[in-house]
Amino acid sequence: MRSYLDFEKPVAELDSKIDELRALAASGSDISEEISSIEEKAAQALKDLYANLTPWQKTQVARHPQRPHFSDFVKGLITEFTPLAGDRKFGEDEALIGGFGRFRGESICVIGQEKGATTESRLKHNFGMARPEGYRKAVRLMDMADRFDIPVLSLVDSAGAYPGIGAEERGQAEAIARSTDACLSLGVANIAVIIGEGGSGGAIAIATANRVLMLEHAIYSVISPEAASSILWRDGSKAQEAATNMKITAQDLLRFGVIDTILKEPRGGAHRDPAATVALAGDAIADALNDLRTLDRDSLRKQRRQKFLEIGRKLG
Amino acid sequence: MNWLTNVVRPKIRNILKRETPDNLWIKCPDTGQLVFYKDVESNQFVIPGSNYHMRMSADARLSSIFDNETWYDVALPEVPADPLKFRDERKYVDRIKDARAKTGLHDSVKVGFGKLEGSAVVVAVQDFDFMGGSLGMAAGEAIVRGLELAVEKQCPFIVFAASGGARMQEGVLSLMQLPRTTVAVQMLREACQPYIVVLTNPTTGGVTASYAMLGDVQIAEPGALIGFAGARVIEQTIREKLPEGFQRAEYLRDHGMIDMVVHRHELRPTLARLCRLLTKAPETIETAPEPASLVQPDEPAEPAAVPEAPPATPAAPPA
Repeated sequence: MRSYLDFEKPVAELDSKIDELRALAASGSDISEEISSIEEKAAQALKDLYANLTPWQKTQVARHPQRPHFSDFVKGLITEFTPLAGDRKFGEDEALIGGFGRFRGESICVIGQEKGATTESRLKHNFGMARPEGYRKAVRLMDMADRFDIPVLSLVDSAGAYPGIGAEERGQAEAIARSTDACLSLGVANIAVIIGEGGSGGAIAIATANRVLMLEHAIYSVISPEAASSILWRDGSKAQEAATNMKITAQDLLRFGVIDTILKEPRGGAHRDPAATVALAGDAIADALNDLRTLDRDSLRKQRRQKFLEIGRKLG
Repeated sequence: MNWLTNVVRPKIRNILKRETPDNLWIKCPDTGQLVFYKDVESNQFVIPGSNYHMRMSADARLSSIFDNETWYDVALPEVPADPLKFRDERKYVDRIKDARAKTGLHDSVKVGFGKLEGSAVVVAVQDFDFMGGSLGMAAGEAIVRGLELAVEKQCPFIVFAASGGARMQEGVLSLMQLPRTTVAVQMLREACQPYIVVLTNPTTGGVTASYAMLGDVQIAEPGALIGFAGARVIEQTIREKLPEGFQRAEYLRDHGMIDMVVHRHELRPTLARLCRLLTKAPETIETAPEPASLVQPDEPAEPAAVPEAPPATPAAPPA
C-alpha cells in the first residue's frame, strides 16, 4: 500500500490512473503506450514537486515513516555491526544506538538515534528521543573509539532529547553538553549525517563533527516548527510559517556554513528508494573519511574546533 | 590587541543610574508580601524576610562581585544582525532594538574583567531582561571572548547564567552556540584555569546543554529554576504532575547535578575562596583600595561616551 503526503496529491492521482490502466491491460487491451506516457508524466511531476519543496513539506518528508532510519543505514553500510549497550551509570537507552562494525572493511564506531518503524519498535526506541543514558553511552563509545583510533560516524535522526522527569533528574542537559564536549575532544575523524530530523540539542550532541553531511530533504533546527509556532506566534497553527522563517533546510544550512555537504535523495524522496539513499550516503561518507585520512589527531581536533568557531562569523 | 575598554567605577554608575522613586513598592513573587524597592536593591535584590532571590541586571551583578565595584568592560565582537531576516509577530530587528533600549545593553551577555578579593577574574553575566537572556550569536561570541580572555590573562572564568534558552529568531545559528561555547570551555580547561558556573533564576534550554553545565564547580542560587526542557513541555509529554520542587536548585543538588546552593550574600566570598583554592593562591591576597593594575588614574572618566560594545578586532584563531 502506497502512502502519499498531502502535497503529493497530483502524483497520487497519476499513480492511481496508471494502476487502473494496468488492470485494463491485464484484461487484454493493448494500452502499453498510454501507460508509459502517463508513467513518464508521473515521474516528471514527482521530480518537479520535489525540486521545489517548501520547508514545511520537507519537514513532512524528513519525518516520513518509511524514510530510511538508523538501522537501515547500518544494515546497508556496516558489516559485523556489534551494538554495545549501557552507560555504566544508570541504564541502557535504546533511543540512541551505538556500536562498532566495519565500513568498507575498516573498523568504525557508529552512533545515532533510531525512531523505529513499527508501533512496537517505536515504543522500544522511544521515537528516537534519547535520555541522558543515551548520550552518556555515546560518550563512552566515543572515548573508546578515540583510544583505539577508530573513526566515528553519527547518524542523526531525532525530534529532540526526551523531555521527562527522570531525564531531567539525571541531568539531560549535562549529558548533552558532555556529549558535544566528547565530540570536540576526539582525536579521530568524526562524520555526522543528518538523515531525517536534526532536532536541537539532542542532535548537536552527536553532530559536532569534522564533516557534517545532510540529506537533501532532511531538516535541522534549534526547535521544532510546531514548538516555535506556539512560543513565538503564541499560536500552534503557525508551524508552516515557523518552518519557513527558521531556515531549517539543507539548502539554507549549506549557505550558512552549518553543514558541509548535501546528499542527493532519489526522485520523490528517500522513502521512495531507501536502498539507493543508503548507498549514496555510503559513498559520501567514504569520501569524507578519505578527505580526513591525512590529518593527525591534533589537526583533526583543530579542524573541528576552528570549523565551529567560524560558523556565523562570515555571514553578512 | 586591547579587549578591555572603559573602566566602570561605582560613582559614575550612580550618576548614570535611573532614579527609582522612593515610594516604589514591589511584591515578593514567592510570598506576595509588599516591600520597598530600595530595601530590596540595598539587599542585593534579595527580598528581606522571604529571601526570594530576584533577578539582577548585568551591571548590578558585576558590581556585586568585583572589588570596589570596579571592573573593565570587555569589548565584544560585532556579529551579523538578523542573518535569517526573521519575523514572527514582529521583526527580529525590532525586538532587538526594543531590548537594547529597555536594558541599555548591546545583547544578553556582558563581560567584565577585574579583581575578586584581590585575584584577577573574568566574569560573564547573562541578563534575563534582554530577550530572556537568550543565547544567540552575540551571546555565544561574548562567552567565547570571555573564556579566551581568561586564557590570555591566566585567570578563572565565572559565568552567571540566566536564560530561557537558545534565541529562536536566529534558528540553527543559535543552536551552533552550543558547540562554539564548548570549544572555548575546552580552551580554558587546557589552560588549567578554573571555570565556575553560577546558575541563577531561571537557566533553561540550550544554555544548560552547553557551557552552563560544563563548569568545574556548579553553584546555584536558592530557588533558581534550572532545567533543559520546560515544565509545561514535560507535563504535556508525560501527562502527570511534576514533583514538588522539580527543577529547582535544591532539587538539582539533591540529585547530584550541582555542587552547592549558595545564598546571594555568600556568593562573593564563596567564589573568591574557590578561585584561590583552585589556583593555589594564598589564603588572603593583599587588596589595595584601587589596584594600580586595574585603574589608571589618568584615564578619562567618561564611560557614557564609550559605546556599550564597540566593535573589537577579530579574535586570533585559537590554537
